[in-house]
Amino acid sequence: MLNVELHKRRGDFTLDVEVRAPTPGLVALFGRSGCGKSTLVNLIAGLVPPDRGMVRLDDEVLYDSTRRINIPAERRRIGYVFQDSRLFPHLNVLGNLRYGEKRALKRGVAAQVQFEELVALLGLGALLGRRTHQLSGGEQQRVALGRALLAQPRLLLLDEPLASLDLARREELLPYLERLRDRRSIPMIYVSHQFEEVLRLATYVVLMNAGAVTAQGDLAAVSRLPELRSIVGPDVMGAVLAGEVRTVDANAALAQVRVGAGELIVPADGLKPGQRLRVQLLARDLIIATEPPRALSVRNVLQGTVVSLVPDEAQTLQVEIDIGGTTVIARVTNHASAQLELRGGLRVWVLVKTVSLRGHVYPLASPQAD
Amino acid sequence: MLLSDAEWEALRLSLAIALRSVLFSLPWAILVAWLLTRRRFVGRTVFDAFVHLPLVLPPVVIGYILLVLFGTRGPIGGWLDRQLDIQLVFTRAGAALATAVMSFPMMVRAIRISLETVDRGLEDAARTLGAGPLDRFLSITLPLMTPGILAGAVTAFSAGLGEFGAVITFVSNIPGETRTLPLALYTALQTPNGDTVAARLAVVSFTLGLSGLLCSELLARAVRRRLGR
Repeated sequence: MLNVELHKRRGDFTLDVEVRAPTPGLVALFGRSGCGKSTLVNLIAGLVPPDRGMVRLDDEVLYDSTRRINIPAERRRIGYVFQDSRLFPHLNVLGNLRYGEKRALKRGVAAQVQFEELVALLGLGALLGRRTHQLSGGEQQRVALGRALLAQPRLLLLDEPLASLDLARREELLPYLERLRDRRSIPMIYVSHQFEEVLRLATYVVLMNAGAVTAQGDLAAVSRLPELRSIVGPDVMGAVLAGEVRTVDANAALAQVRVGAGELIVPADGLKPGQRLRVQLLARDLIIATEPPRALSVRNVLQGTVVSLVPDEAQTLQVEIDIGGTTVIARVTNHASAQLELRGGLRVWVLVKTVSLRGHVYPLASPQAD
Repeated sequence: MLLSDAEWEALRLSLAIALRSVLFSLPWAILVAWLLTRRRFVGRTVFDAFVHLPLVLPPVVIGYILLVLFGTRGPIGGWLDRQLDIQLVFTRAGAALATAVMSFPMMVRAIRISLETVDRGLEDAARTLGAGPLDRFLSITLPLMTPGILAGAVTAFSAGLGEFGAVITFVSNIPGETRTLPLALYTALQTPNGDTVAARLAVVSFTLGLSGLLCSELLARAVRRRLGR
């Protein structure tokens, strides 16, 4: 468990947060630029002194203003991957990687992350002799990630590590982060203002706005909250469902996925049977029918019951529907809702095109891979 | 070459004294540059001005102050003489001290500029990797400052070869002990028919100064390339 209660005033900006996140796992700090995410991780790292509060990781107190505990950053064993990789320009890649490792081992910290294993995991073998300015942006971030991990941290902070990279480089780095998350050996706090990254990586989400935490919880829970909608806007909102691949039809490139009590056909994209995944059903892509639909091209029909109808700020309704074991949210116009006479308890069918799920399926580590 | 024994002597003396002055003042210059750049303390502005005094004071005044402080009857010089048997007046060591004081601001400046360009973010990164304050300074800050340190040292060395006013005031003009290149040149000019000697010494000074500056620039460039800037 990561327990954080921090207060910090800086000019006319006030940060006042409480975070209680399960460990291990990847906690996404999500919010618009300037909401205080980076300040919060700097406070947790100990690089910026808080005014008051407490930081506790599992049983270890790293900071507690009432008990006058303040472990200096260099002894907190909190790794930090910065947005600008901050590699040491006078050292080569090997020197950078060994920098924190050497100091950790000298302090008698048990080496949980082995050098050779990590170099292989991050694909750094060919880069060891290079000077840092000869590396591409993606390579620099991989080295920075490796350097932080080799310092044997108890917690890893990542402050928008992909923000300075182009799309291709991001795609290059994301699998490494997923692998790290799925190994579940070290808790991570990941700062992002890209919702896409949160959907792909987070296990726990902390929403921030203007220096405060507006909501926090599992990704699935947070994906349904209006607090998230006020950050990302209604168009990219959609319930995140946990699923497991049942069968894969390689010829049709489609996979059959169990979600709650229902089933979805999704684009296969390298999925394997038994693989766990999460799928986001965009609220605006869902169609609601009040009768069993017939003769449609839509592959996915989930049967359910209307739980609630909530008007949103875009003059549409957010309709939450229980599909057995989990819920989905569909966004419909007031007009459509009135015509269908939608109300709580009504039996409905939710339709979603397989094609519209492309890019919204996020694989997790398959149980066999662990 | 075309130099007489006395001229060679002056050249050797100049090199030795300049080298000593640089070696002596470098650690202090780094410390002072660090204090002025990184620390906020009461009297910082006054301290800053004090460090830069040799730039604006007439060198003779510096020489005079050194005489007062480090003379055998001065408060520091007397103590050094009695306790450590070190005499500075009329000696090479004294010449090196005078040279060091004169070139100190120049050195501090060069080092300070390079310290200001060191990315504090890298020190923060080192911190999260487990490096304490001294460790950070030695493993990150100092190596990144090398271009400035080298430039400062080489410039101070080149300038030190030609320090005149403070040296002649503090340690006088003693052949074989404190008669450096500029002092030898000055002496030559005071001597009948000394024109050719003066000209030769001027050419030597010119050559040394120019190569010093070139050397400093080339070194700085090489280091920058190593650091990838």
